[in-house]
Amino acid sequence: MKAARGSPQEGWGDRLRRAGGRLRAFFRKQPMDRELEEEIAAHIAMATDENIRNGMPPEEARRRAMVKFGGVEQAKEQQRESRGIFWLDTVLQDLRYTIRTLARDRGFAVIAILILALGIGANVVVFSVVNTILLRPLPFYNPDRLVWIAPADAQGLSGSTYSADAFEDLRLMNRSYEDVTGYFAFSTADNYKLMNHGDPKPVTGMQVAGNFFHVLGVSPEMGRLFTEEEASKGGGAAVLLAHPFWERQFGRDPSIVGRSITLDNKPVTVVGILPESFDFGAAFSPGTKVDIFTPVMMDDIRYEGNTLTLIGRLKPGGTLAEARAEATALFPQFYWGKRYPESKGNYKNARPVPLKEYISGKLRRSLVVLWCAVGLILLIVCVNLSNLLLARAAARNKEFALRSALGAGRARLVRQLLTESLVLAASGALLGLGVAYALLTYLAHQGSIALPLLSQVRLDGTALLWTVVITMTTAVLFGLLPGVRASRANVQEALKDGGHGATEGRRHESMRTALVVSEVALACVLLIGAGLLLRSFLKVLDVDLGFQPSSAATIKLDYDDGGSIAKRNAVLENVSRRIGALPGVEAAGLSDNLPLERNRGWGAPRIKGKSYKEGELPGAFVYIVSPGYFRAMGMPLRGRDFTWADTDKSEGAVVLNETAAKGLWPGEDAVGKMVVVNGKVDVRVIGVIADVKNLGVEEQPGWQMYLPMMGDWGPDGAYLVVKTRLPPAQLSASVLKTLRGINPNQPAVEFRPVQGIVDHATSPRKFFVTLVGAFAGLGLLLASLGIYGVISYSVTRRTQEIGIRMALGASPGDVQMGVIRKTLQMAALGIAAGAMLSIAMAQMIAALLFGTAPTDPPTFAGMPLLLVAVALLAGYLPARRASRINPMVALRNE
Amino acid sequence: MGDTKLDLLQGTLDLMVLQTLAALGEMHGYGIARRIEQVSGDEVLLNQGTIYAALVRLQQRGWIESEWGASENNRRAKFYTITKRGRRQLAEDTAYWQRLSGVMGRVLAMGNAGEPQ
Repeated sequence: MKAARGSPQEGWGDRLRRAGGRLRAFFRKQPMDRELEEEIAAHIAMATDENIRNGMPPEEARRRAMVKFGGVEQAKEQQRESRGIFWLDTVLQDLRYTIRTLARDRGFAVIAILILALGIGANVVVFSVVNTILLRPLPFYNPDRLVWIAPADAQGLSGSTYSADAFEDLRLMNRSYEDVTGYFAFSTADNYKLMNHGDPKPVTGMQVAGNFFHVLGVSPEMGRLFTEEEASKGGGAAVLLAHPFWERQFGRDPSIVGRSITLDNKPVTVVGILPESFDFGAAFSPGTKVDIFTPVMMDDIRYEGNTLTLIGRLKPGGTLAEARAEATALFPQFYWGKRYPESKGNYKNARPVPLKEYISGKLRRSLVVLWCAVGLILLIVCVNLSNLLLARAAARNKEFALRSALGAGRARLVRQLLTESLVLAASGALLGLGVAYALLTYLAHQGSIALPLLSQVRLDGTALLWTVVITMTTAVLFGLLPGVRASRANVQEALKDGGHGATEGRRHESMRTALVVSEVALACVLLIGAGLLLRSFLKVLDVDLGFQPSSAATIKLDYDDGGSIAKRNAVLENVSRRIGALPGVEAAGLSDNLPLERNRGWGAPRIKGKSYKEGELPGAFVYIVSPGYFRAMGMPLRGRDFTWADTDKSEGAVVLNETAAKGLWPGEDAVGKMVVVNGKVDVRVIGVIADVKNLGVEEQPGWQMYLPMMGDWGPDGAYLVVKTRLPPAQLSASVLKTLRGINPNQPAVEFRPVQGIVDHATSPRKFFVTLVGAFAGLGLLLASLGIYGVISYSVTRRTQEIGIRMALGASPGDVQMGVIRKTLQMAALGIAAGAMLSIAMAQMIAALLFGTAPTDPPTFAGMPLLLVAVALLAGYLPARRASRINPMVALRNE
Repeated sequence: MGDTKLDLLQGTLDLMVLQTLAALGEMHGYGIARRIEQVSGDEVLLNQGTIYAALVRLQQRGWIESEWGASENNRRAKFYTITKRGRRQLAEDTAYWQRLSGVMGRVLAMGNAGEPQ
């Protein structure tokens, strides 16, 4: 037997029919009410008739009939409840009522919605950024199977690269991966020029292993990927176009696939177009854009050193731990180059990490801090709104008392208030979504911020879901306290005298004071956090880079030396002299590499005749430069600069940085000493130069050496660097004209300030500091609003008391001081609590600070002072109003 | 029964209404209420008004139908009839109630030692 039920059994069809009936009834409310009324009237009339027939007097008959019926209104309500969608009725009623009340109190509604929009909007923006960079999977096929293979202690990209031989051995010998791929790590921006499409155009190309897109699981939007032949030498030159480049350069012309284009004077076949969703820069090289992809010819780079990064796709069922164990065993068996048998064992270790971890792992801490900061903002918003609602509830005491006297249940009142909070929060969320959308669109187009995946940030379904969650949470958080309080109000008290008794008012005020104190404390935490990060950022900007970026500008130089060193030297000297002679140019020089851009490590210089143990000397970062480069970059040099006579025919010359010079000859002057560089003996150290930040502004530079471009060191392209006091844009035309005069194929690349390179390097920190700073500012504003609200309310409430005191001889100054003292008390309490919390907070963000202690005294002193100042301002306005109270008016105004 | 009347179990009113309509044919709300009172011998606590919530429920499930008409005293009233589906439902529910009351009867008839008396 089934469980006992009192109700008739109901099948699915019945239930469905019933639901339909309810829905119909919901929309046919009035006709159904009318019918019911008629039916009830008939019922009572018939009952009365029957009673009269049984001999009752008509009046008694009707009374009895009514008693039997048992409450007409009750019966109606019962019927409505069972016929329609009762809760929806109530909700709609609450909504209508809410909108009416809010429309009446427009000032309050606008302020509340604005505050909520800022709080929710900021949260949505940060969530979207966090979601894009940290949470969302990479835009590749099964991205969680992809791993980045590099030494555990890799320093920058250079330390993460391997030779072609090692790459090929790994592909052959591993058992962990479906396949391994990689890309050439040392490409530079504008490294190709596109010809036969008007003026020669600079194009940024990336050389990738032939199987790169297969391994990532990126399929072309049109055409195909590279074939095996195209990936090996002599197999036909092929190129894949990135979607934005195809759009920009070829106007989405589909017929380009299969056609040939000219890159650097060579014909190359466009074999395919990559999909719009694939953005190489966003994932692997934040803040840069790549236009084209070509297969890297392993034979060309086989003896060029460690140039390939490694990316593997784990076999199905294979684990990361297995891959790690295998790497430890396998990598020592690889050769740097098989031509040199002794180079076996060059690679000590490698540690595969999930690709996602490699791309965004470094940012996790910063993003979490950002998320916390914006969460604090939301908390402050809640406290602020709670406070505003409490103030409003005080004014609405009577309304609620009246409604509760008329029979509204307490739950119903709380629900009404929660509906109000929800309406406010939802309106704020809508506005906030608009703000967030605008901000995110702006952020996605900030190509200069070096954050991975930022270009793919957008308002997606997850973000919308998050918006709904925080909106509901916010509404409940800020609506519950005032709701419960209002519903608890004493009906009789409130109705009797319409005023809040002194005790009631004081209790009310103390609750609001507590809210404001906590608001100030939260704002204080935010301000101190932002202050510490700001100080760090200023320290970073203040770092001695070893060069003067503000007065230098640079352009990528194109030249054709036909493979002859003598011809190259002639061309470069000509360029250097003619550019140097332009008006406004103070110095000009060339380098094949710029600081903070690309990584390149060579074996360190050695003292001639001295033998070193393996690993005794660190690698050295190499710049191949022309005379004048040091001056153009504003680098202080001890010794002499290179001259155009330092060619492959003359004595070898090298300039070392301080670190390398000290490393080789501790306590001695390196200038004039002889070293061995890259196997070349008898190279004279002609000068020593300041350390240059080359990997990052916040990193300690290692050994660096500068070799003359005029020698046979094989410069890898050339950047022209110009020192000028003019804005680069102003010089751009004459520089480009001069270069075109020398070489008509010079592409029209941008003449950019070197400062831009530094800004790019510091952009992630700037991004975080700007956001956290903005949140702190918002927190400060909200806290001051809160203080103003409470003080202002207390002045209004105490108008009579102040009037009496003034009538008894208190001066306006006394009154003003009294109000300000109260303000300061509140601020001081909040700041004290906030400062304590900040000490813990600062420890948590210590790893993000640069050159700033987590207990940085200026920050811990300055931010509270700022808060006090703002609190004073917020308290001053009501204080002034208090001091202008006219005792006569105040007392008469009973 | 004196002061204490039977409180109607949830859903029993619906069943009573169905049975009344099945037995007596077309009826208006007042008629149904009176009939139930008479049959129950005034033992159930029935606010006649509650009948209208039951009527709307049954109608929405499609077990009864209604039509406006004239009463014996020529008053305009809504008349209810049971539908075919309503009869089927009634048969099911009746069987269910009979089984339930049989079981309840046996259970309540047990002696203290748990033996049937």
